Amino acid sequence: MSRSLSDCILKSSLGFAALLSGSVIVAVIAFLFHEAWPALSSGKLSHFLTDLKWQPGSDRDPQYGIAPMILASILVTLLASLIAIPLGVGGAIFQQFYAPTFLGNIHDRLLELLAGIPSVIFGFWGLTVLVPAINKWHPPGQSLLAAALVLALMILPTVGLTSRSAIRSLDPGLLQGAAALGIGRPSMILRVILPAAFQGIGSGCLLAIARAVGETLAVVMVCGNIAQIPHSVFDPVRPITSTIALEMGYASSDHRALLYASGLILVVMTGALVGWQSFRREPLTPSQKG
Amino acid sequence: MRFLSLPIAATSLVLVFFTACSESDPSKSLLITGSSTVAPVVADAAQRYEKENPGLRIDVQTGGSSRGISDSRSGLAQLGMASRALKADENDIDAETIAMDGVCLIVHKDNPVKGLSRDEIAAIYQKKKSNWAEFGASNADIVVASKAEGRATLEVFLGYTNLDSADIQADVIVGENQQAIKTVAGNPNAIAYVSIGAAASEAKAGTPIKLIYIDGIEPTTENVAKGTFPITRPLNVITKGEGTELSRAFLEYLKSDKIRDIIETHLYVPVSQ
Repeated sequence: MSRSLSDCILKSSLGFAALLSGSVIVAVIAFLFHEAWPALSSGKLSHFLTDLKWQPGSDRDPQYGIAPMILASILVTLLASLIAIPLGVGGAIFQQFYAPTFLGNIHDRLLELLAGIPSVIFGFWGLTVLVPAINKWHPPGQSLLAAALVLALMILPTVGLTSRSAIRSLDPGLLQGAAALGIGRPSMILRVILPAAFQGIGSGCLLAIARAVGETLAVVMVCGNIAQIPHSVFDPVRPITSTIALEMGYASSDHRALLYASGLILVVMTGALVGWQSFRREPLTPSQKG
Repeated sequence: MRFLSLPIAATSLVLVFFTACSESDPSKSLLITGSSTVAPVVADAAQRYEKENPGLRIDVQTGGSSRGISDSRSGLAQLGMASRALKADENDIDAETIAMDGVCLIVHKDNPVKGLSRDEIAAIYQKKKSNWAEFGASNADIVVASKAEGRATLEVFLGYTNLDSADIQADVIVGENQQAIKTVAGNPNAIAYVSIGAAASEAKAGTPIKLIYIDGIEPTTENVAKGTFPITRPLNVITKGEGTELSRAFLEYLKSDKIRDIIETHLYVPVSQ
């Protein structure tokens, strides 16, 4: 077979693969719109933002307030990131600059293992170990804090591994230059390494945050699922994903359309993160500028 | 070109496989969807039925009573499963009861409370009474666990307590029975309602939960069978119209004495013939 023919076949099959993966997400969003349309068009959307409670199954007083759930999704993600990002970035720096090679390798393997653990395992661990422990401290245990801790564990490998590769891929000349100038290790890390790797670490963090927004299975087990505005980290909350997981299989008509509409909100939130990431991507990395 | 021929061969194999699967013969295969409470019984019965009738294929999928009803209504599944009685407006389909289940209240094993009345349960779930001291236990806030909207167990519970879902003031909302049981096992001050079958088998396996008396009646399968236990529900198989020959035959099998032991293994109550 001629070289150009095989190239042509390869090109078209690769193009097909790319087209398929790209069009699937468009199809999914179109499906979400289609299913959510009854809620979007009927004016139910105003209920969405103005109702204070979420009680779609009530015969006496059905309410469809989603604001507490949007807030819960944001709070859980924010708190989890505040825990996971310092741990992940700190671990990556330690692993690259301080740890002996064998310890660094163990650290790497453990993070990779953590990344591979299914979320249902994290959920059961949270429910049977973490929640009772928090309950002793401040009942009921199922809480914003429990959800954030479990999520932090789940996104920690993403933050840690991407930070590590961001630091590792820095121009070695940068480190040699710093060393030649006689800069000590602490200020080299703070003033040279972190600013230079900021772009890569930031991308990893955004990836982790996007995952945290969408994580469902583990969160639904430990967050308590009460749709309310929390007054402390010990209050139960209900992120959007939990609502969809708990109620989608059981909902019909308006309720169902509203769940799809809340799914759309989730996609918009993740979309905003992705958009922000591509916006902040600069043409030159700091190391090239220097 | 050798590097391309392998993926192409694999892809075509997969395609052939899917085409073969989609060609389901209605006299040889059956799809059943619905309640996760009914599914274990039907799945075990299906396995036995397949063994007795080689060449048949019965798929059992879960997704809640509402899915069971909507799938059998739309014809997506030949049979549906629902762990509640049909509502008045669901008169286009039929329900056949294959077993009975009770819904009981569970507390932690260390909780000294032995039983509650219907009014007390309603008061706890509306937070009118919110401390265990009011029931002779130690001074601690009651952690109220309820089920998510749309679950059949919630509907049965609301029917018994005569409450609307807006009245319920829960501290924790759970989905599956297992999640409710784990919540109570991990929290000495929690209370939840779950299927007797699920609760009794967990308690027997050593999970630190306790099934409490309701209106003075012990939550046992015997009392559900006798009809004295106050919160019961039928485990139904839903049909629409005539159905296929296989769906009718399997429904008869589910209603027969041949799966009595399966129903009892899952701690449900066979419907007396």
